[in-house]
Amino acid sequence: MDQGKKHYYLEIADNAHILSHRLAENCSRGPFLEEDLACTNVALDLIGLAESVYNEVAKQSTENVSGDYVAYRRDEIDYRNCLLVEQPNRDFAHLMTRQFFMDTYHYYLFTELSVSSDTFLSALANKSLKEVTYHLKRSSEWMIRFGNGTEKSKEKAQDAIERLWRYTDELFESDASYADSIGTGVYADQDKLKKLWTQKVDEVFFLAHLRKPENREFQLNGGKTGRHSEHMGYILSEMQFLPNKYPDARW
Amino acid sequence: MSATINTNLDTDQGSLWEVFIQSKPGQPYKHAGSIHAFDKEMAIENARDVYTRRNEGTSLWLVPSNEIVAVSSPESASFFEPASDKIYRHPTFYNLPEGVKQM
Repeated sequence: MDQGKKHYYLEIADNAHILSHRLAENCSRGPFLEEDLACTNVALDLIGLAESVYNEVAKQSTENVSGDYVAYRRDEIDYRNCLLVEQPNRDFAHLMTRQFFMDTYHYYLFTELSVSSDTFLSALANKSLKEVTYHLKRSSEWMIRFGNGTEKSKEKAQDAIERLWRYTDELFESDASYADSIGTGVYADQDKLKKLWTQKVDEVFFLAHLRKPENREFQLNGGKTGRHSEHMGYILSEMQFLPNKYPDARW
Repeated sequence: MSATINTNLDTDQGSLWEVFIQSKPGQPYKHAGSIHAFDKEMAIENARDVYTRRNEGTSLWLVPSNEIVAVSSPESASFFEPASDKIYRHPTFYNLPEGVKQM
């Protein structure tokens, strides 16, 4: 497995894994029972997605490692998820705005990858599309509900947008290891993804009477090359506690 | 049942909806339980997430609980008991043709 392909696979898996962890943190803390279950369902879909990619990375690796090993036994600098998924839940509007940004990204990413010449990526994309289509429907409706709900709900959603926007450009950056392979029919066209993503976000914000931040130039990145925000260490120490303490634990 | 909307948003979970699941196309919808939601879309999605996670169905009906018309229990004797001694109303004296399912 060449370096670029490995990095591309890990980006997909780590994004889903870390986002799933953040959603799982909310388990039992949802605003009401039904929403609690719904968020946990999304977390389960995402961990399933991550698991299949980790297993594939392990399978294609020359080292004799398991999917679990790839998922849990790396150092922070080897995780290639974007900064957006690391951002804390803060409140329900933050959780859902982060989700809406990622669901929109996943929806177009997997639409593109469904025709990839890489058979694993196209199979993964086709399977995941059904799930992320539903995720996107749910989170878009929540954005519209926030914006047209009470003054407080609109304010909270707008605040979440202001805080999280600076992490959105990173979604469409290409790591140097695979940048040259974009456009060969294997990976998704990042510029096209960004255009589609922006259109969808504009459409939902229009319906929700929410707006993009005034200052959209200021953007942060680094996650995809292993330079993470301060939150990542805390996530990993919690997530890796079990495999560190019981290295050979089995289900 | 009250139709008024609780405006205390800190404790409000939305209004109550009854969930009906159809297990396969052509089958009747069966009552599965209830959920809370603030609007129709949320009702359908909450019902999906709470009741159909294990392939329970292929279709859903959601009905606002306060729209359901019910027989109250003081009335139930006059409504239902007169039928109990009229066995001739049951079509048990016929032979069912072969191939008839779900009778």
